[in-house]
Amino acid sequence: MSRVRIYQIAVVAGFILLLEALCLAGVIDKVTMPPPHIIFRDFFRMISAGRYFDEIAKTMLNVLTAFALAFVIGTLTGTVLHGYRTAREILDPLFATYYAIPVFAFYPLFIVIFGLGDGPQLLIGYMLGVVAVIVTILNGLDRVPNVLKKTARINRLGPLQTALKVTLPFCAPYLLTAAKLALAYALIGVIGSEFILAHAGMGYEIGFAYTNFDNATMYPLILLVLLISIVANGLMSWWETVLLTRRGIK
Amino acid sequence: MREGWHHIRNILILIAGIVAVWELAYLAVGDVALRSPWQTIAFLGGLMKTDLFWTHLAESMRAFAVALVLAVVLGLLIGFALGLHKLSGDAMEPMLVALYSIPKITLYPIILLAFGLGIWAKIAFGAIHGIIPVALFTLSAVRSTRPILIKTGRVMKLSSPEMARTILFPAAVPEIFTGIRVGFSLTLVGTVLGEMFASQHGLGYLLMNAISLYNVDVIMAVTFLLCVFAAAVNTVLLVIDKRLHHGA
Repeated sequence: MSRVRIYQIAVVAGFILLLEALCLAGVIDKVTMPPPHIIFRDFFRMISAGRYFDEIAKTMLNVLTAFALAFVIGTLTGTVLHGYRTAREILDPLFATYYAIPVFAFYPLFIVIFGLGDGPQLLIGYMLGVVAVIVTILNGLDRVPNVLKKTARINRLGPLQTALKVTLPFCAPYLLTAAKLALAYALIGVIGSEFILAHAGMGYEIGFAYTNFDNATMYPLILLVLLISIVANGLMSWWETVLLTRRGIK
Repeated sequence: MREGWHHIRNILILIAGIVAVWELAYLAVGDVALRSPWQTIAFLGGLMKTDLFWTHLAESMRAFAVALVLAVVLGLLIGFALGLHKLSGDAMEPMLVALYSIPKITLYPIILLAFGLGIWAKIAFGAIHGIIPVALFTLSAVRSTRPILIKTGRVMKLSSPEMARTILFPAAVPEIFTGIRVGFSLTLVGTVLGEMFASQHGLGYLLMNAISLYNVDVIMAVTFLLCVFAAAVNTVLLVIDKRLHHGA
């Protein structure tokens, strides 16, 4: 095991032990947070009893839908936009400021337009992710070597074939980065929206448990959300490193 | 100069495009759920004449300002500490990136329980959004300082604080500024999000309250205000950012 890995494990373990000690010593009172070992116990009880599986499935389905929408539409838009220089120059300031805007502020508006359901949540998750995908794809397409484009022309490939057979495969690592960002944003968007206002879902249940002082439900659910996003992000990053290493970039 | 003009022209076309799309959406959806750009601006003008609006705006801005200061100060401290110690930096960077990508909103109930309902919960929530980007950019800036600068400092026998003040910090300023720019946006996101859940004051509360009252005017006006504010500040910060990076 590398020193870096040992360091990381020590940090996480140290943090959990510190929380445990603070809780047991009463510095953090029980109403605020149960000791970590109780949270872990509740977590395993919740999972083994299959509680909230419907909620989890619903949230995950929405997350995956928002992710797929952002990734597919973002990749298509980025690929098309790459061919139009003027359009790209005009949209550039939008891309540069997009992430400064609190997208969640649009949630109330979407609720008013579409009603309180899955639509507004999907839209928030999609909106958070799509621009990151577009920007990443554009960035990747900018790096396609001329020799590949020339080869495509020599083989008389049309624009669609060039994209599918030459440029997008070259951009594989960028596609993966885009997917990683879209997934992270879809999680943030969907769970965040559920938390603010919704009828169901993991975010909603966390908010509901909070209002009812139900720490035995709230903390395990928070732990689950954190685990899901950290594992998803970790897998994507790992895959990204594998691809980059194969290309000799990293 | 020509390029500057070109850029401004693009921004104007973009704004015209957004207004056109907005107007078309309004024509398609109608008065039930949307307002036109002009109606929104007119309503916002009226809203700004009420005292209630300024109370909420002041509350939001106060929370946001304190959160931003906390995010920048703590982010810089963490970034410098990790940047100067290679093992810590290598180990903590991926963990910070992982923290960056989790839905932090799920941590909000914990913050509420710890800080209680009130302005400090919002400040803490805004700050944790902003700290990570500031820390990450500072970390990478400190780490990528040109070795010759650090060697020069060592030759001159500078102490660690002197080294940070006279060499590392000036060399890292452009990158750090980028971090602060990103941190600014995320702190704003965090503060508004905090206000949208279990809060009684601020623009986020105003938004959520407007849903239950089905007050489309308020929703549109406040969303518009937040977007314009965020975009305007970010544009100014971007200009400074670019200058810093080119000047270096």
